[in-house]
Amino acid sequence: MKAFTYERATSVEAAARAAASVQGARFIAGGTNLLDLMKLQIETPTHLIDVNHLGLDRIEETPDGGLRIGALVRNTDLAADRRVRRDYAVLSRALLAGASGQLRNKATTGGNLLQRTRCPYFYDTRMPCNKRQPGSGCGALQGMSRSLAILGVSDACIAQHPSDMAVAMRLLDSAVDTMDANGARRSIPIADFHLLPGDTPQQETVLKPGEIITSVTLPRPIGGTHVYRKVRDRASYAFALVSVAAVFGKDGTARFAFGGIGAKPWRVEAADAAAGRGAKAVAEAALAGARTTHHNDFKKMLVERTLASVYRQREARA
Amino acid sequence: MPTDHVTRRGMLQGGAALAAAPAILSQAQAAAPRTGKGAPMIPVELTVNGREVHVPVDPRTSLLDMLREHLHLTGTKKGCDHGQCGACTVIVEGRRINSCLTLAVMHDGERVTTIEGLGTPDRLHPMQKAFIVHDGYQCGYCTPGQICSAVAVLEEIEAGIPSHVTADLDDVAVNEAELRERMSGNICRCAAYPNIIAAMRDVAGEKQA
Repeated sequence: MKAFTYERATSVEAAARAAASVQGARFIAGGTNLLDLMKLQIETPTHLIDVNHLGLDRIEETPDGGLRIGALVRNTDLAADRRVRRDYAVLSRALLAGASGQLRNKATTGGNLLQRTRCPYFYDTRMPCNKRQPGSGCGALQGMSRSLAILGVSDACIAQHPSDMAVAMRLLDSAVDTMDANGARRSIPIADFHLLPGDTPQQETVLKPGEIITSVTLPRPIGGTHVYRKVRDRASYAFALVSVAAVFGKDGTARFAFGGIGAKPWRVEAADAAAGRGAKAVAEAALAGARTTHHNDFKKMLVERTLASVYRQREARA
Repeated sequence: MPTDHVTRRGMLQGGAALAAAPAILSQAQAAAPRTGKGAPMIPVELTVNGREVHVPVDPRTSLLDMLREHLHLTGTKKGCDHGQCGACTVIVEGRRINSCLTLAVMHDGERVTTIEGLGTPDRLHPMQKAFIVHDGYQCGYCTPGQICSAVAVLEEIEAGIPSHVTADLDDVAVNEAELRERMSGNICRCAAYPNIIAAMRDVAGEKQA
């Protein structure tokens, strides 16, 4: 691990200012992803700003009946929160499908949104990777791409977004609340928060230097039957090959979001519109524009079959 | 190699020629502040297994390395050092975490429990006893992490924290599927899994009785 200096931030404002003023500074929250990458020298911050003690660890109700989740709320606490279990079960389910008990105890809401891809070429510093080293090429395009994305990809990068939590938050139309180095706050719809790779896969979010996530806001509950189905190489503690988050309304409408297949948490309106026509139609709509490799072409069929399983789960609960 | 610089790692690398020499780990040397081009040392105060400790560390030091290299609490094991195997699991502020994926400096002022703090050879923790009774290990390398994790898992269930296999998010109970799912962050290369689950069920049963 490269040497760095360390400070414990005492306020959100001070943390944002420090991050904007020190070249190479990074926030550290749970650290489960950042420290892993620092050991491999994929991340080489010169200065770490510890944001664990800023009081951002509360879950509060918003005036319009939603929920504001502090950026430092641990994945375990969010999944176990009574209100989340009752009103946003798909989010609880998505969180519990991710990582291990130990990691969920440490990993935070804000950090989860910012976690880096699990593309093996991003992790292997001997290989080219446009995300890790812009302009070096993409080892995955002609390489082992079984786990990688088929939607939102580019010639520069086919890395998948690894989060389960973010898929459920995308489904629920959450907003990411931030503060920048000048103390200005903004609320970013989660649909706009993550960037597609295009020619600049190293830019993963719309966050500006120093801008810190303070919370994620969920709109008021939408009711319905909540399902999160994750398909992976082992029964537990593995990243998704395909995951589907769904909420089925009583009126026959439904909404869907997908993990494991997109360069970012994936959701398209056409898939929601196809809900009444079943799994095959939803899969077709969701997969419009999919670009697969020899290794990950199977994901298209897996999406359809996972959706079929999601529909069956809904029927079993109805 | 001068004898006052003998370390266990040096011993292993030195091979047979050094095998007969006593493996003395100099406390002073192991705990001495490392210098060089790194950042300045940062003092960290923690309560480890009920004992207050004060250790200056390089900011890069993981909690795991601080426990093992600075405090010589070598019960906590380094397996993958990337949060994938769970051998480094310890309990911090009542919660199990991977001590390899967190910095010691981030835990200033906190309480840490390691396998050494759960029980002693004379006064075993019920989970330690159950692992022996049910033969919950073979080589034993993952065992401290398994036991720390197992103790915390039963507390998580008691606190009503659901898991991936909980059918009704509001109805959390001890059963085999729950224990297996919740222990998935602890890998056992010897595959002692069935006996680990048996040990945990035994302890959970005692608690309920």
